[in-house]
Amino acid sequence: MSVKDYIRERFFPHIWCAGCGHGIVLNNLLRAVGGLGMSKNEIVMVSGIGCSSRISGYVDFHTLHTLHGRALAFATGVKLSKPELNVIVPMGDGDALAIGGNHFIHAARRNIAMTAIVMNNRIYGMTGGQYSPLSGPGKLATTAPYRNIDQDFDIVKLAKAAGATFVARTTTYHIQQMADILRQAILHDGFSVVEILSQCPTYFGRRNKLGNAADMMKFFKDNTTPIGSKAKKENPELTERGIFVQNDLPEYCAEYDKIIKKAGGSC
Amino acid sequence: MARPKLKEHHINREWCKGCGICVEFCPKKVLELDRYDKAVIAVLEKCIACRLCELRCPDLAITIETQDQIP
Ligand SMILES: Cc1ncc(C[n+]2csc(CCOP(=O)(O)OP(=O)(O)O)c2C)c(N)n1
Ligand code: SF4
Ligand code: SF4
Ligand code: SF4
Repeated sequence: MSVKDYIRERFFPHIWCAGCGHGIVLNNLLRAVGGLGMSKNEIVMVSGIGCSSRISGYVDFHTLHTLHGRALAFATGVKLSKPELNVIVPMGDGDALAIGGNHFIHAARRNIAMTAIVMNNRIYGMTGGQYSPLSGPGKLATTAPYRNIDQDFDIVKLAKAAGATFVARTTTYHIQQMADILRQAILHDGFSVVEILSQCPTYFGRRNKLGNAADMMKFFKDNTTPIGSKAKKENPELTERGIFVQNDLPEYCAEYDKIIKKAGGSC
Repeated sequence: MARPKLKEHHINREWCKGCGICVEFCPKKVLELDRYDKAVIAVLEKCIACRLCELRCPDLAITIETQDQIP
């Protein structure tokens, strides 16, 4: 497959900074979708606002670029009215878990079939590097010049606790794993959450002296490990990646369909 | 299964932003940045067509063609 078949070439080169991890997510998401052999007409991408959310402008699917934090709410509307479509919702960590946190947990709880991708660069990139709920204590940000004191979320634990039936994590370094997880997440009949650790060299990297984009990706390589690995037992500080949850539970649109039939039958 | 052989390694200079990711992670050190900060091929013969540069490029600027590939 050629990724060019799935993009709006007229908008390239894209707006993201040199080395931005969001471009690597775009690259491998296209390959994941290409590998599934779906028609572009079967896919809807719904995004909010942020550097990450700009991704919807570049893909040649049905796309909606909506409001900051509300992508999942719009996506829910799309999915309920046309459950036969595959809905993909890429979000930034701020978009998904600061302003959009409430939508996130409730979409997970309902188990509505869609793929939520959290492009986690631990910062608000688009607005100039303010700290996010994923920055973590000790990190520097425009709004934390004396270092951040907020604890961060663990997206995997949060999604799991909220009821998501597919939960996974990977990074922009681990491209094959990223495409493989995205393929499985898209095929999953329920709410899927895929956290992808992504680099913002411009704000998070520069402020925290983490080097260039490649250095930030090396950090992902050196500080993550497959779920349950020997390395994790030896060094509990490592972040695990892989598929954490893959459950079958009733899907929201299917349940809703039953209600429609029930209500129609009784009148 | 034999590894596919490289047919062509394209770099789109209009899209490349010179981030250096492809240069850094190429297992065979095939690539480098030129004086305009664009990725270029330094030693094509060493390329094993592993596609890592193509898959990690944030700008979709690299396309690898292999000999067995059906166009
Ligand atoms: C309702 C509303 N509040 C605030 C903003 C300003 N705003 C735009 S993007 C953004 C955060 C972006 O961070 P994130 O979602 O993590 O994505 P990134 O840019 O890092 O990819 C904010 C606060 C907005 N556009 N709308
Ligand atoms: S500011 Fe950060 S997140 Fe936004 S495009 Fe630049 S590198 Fe990417
Ligand atoms: S990874 Fe892509 S954008 Fe970065 S230097 Fe290489 S070709 Fe250019
Ligand atoms: S295909 Fe592999 S070996 Fe060839 S330039 Fe790209 S990363 Fe290097």
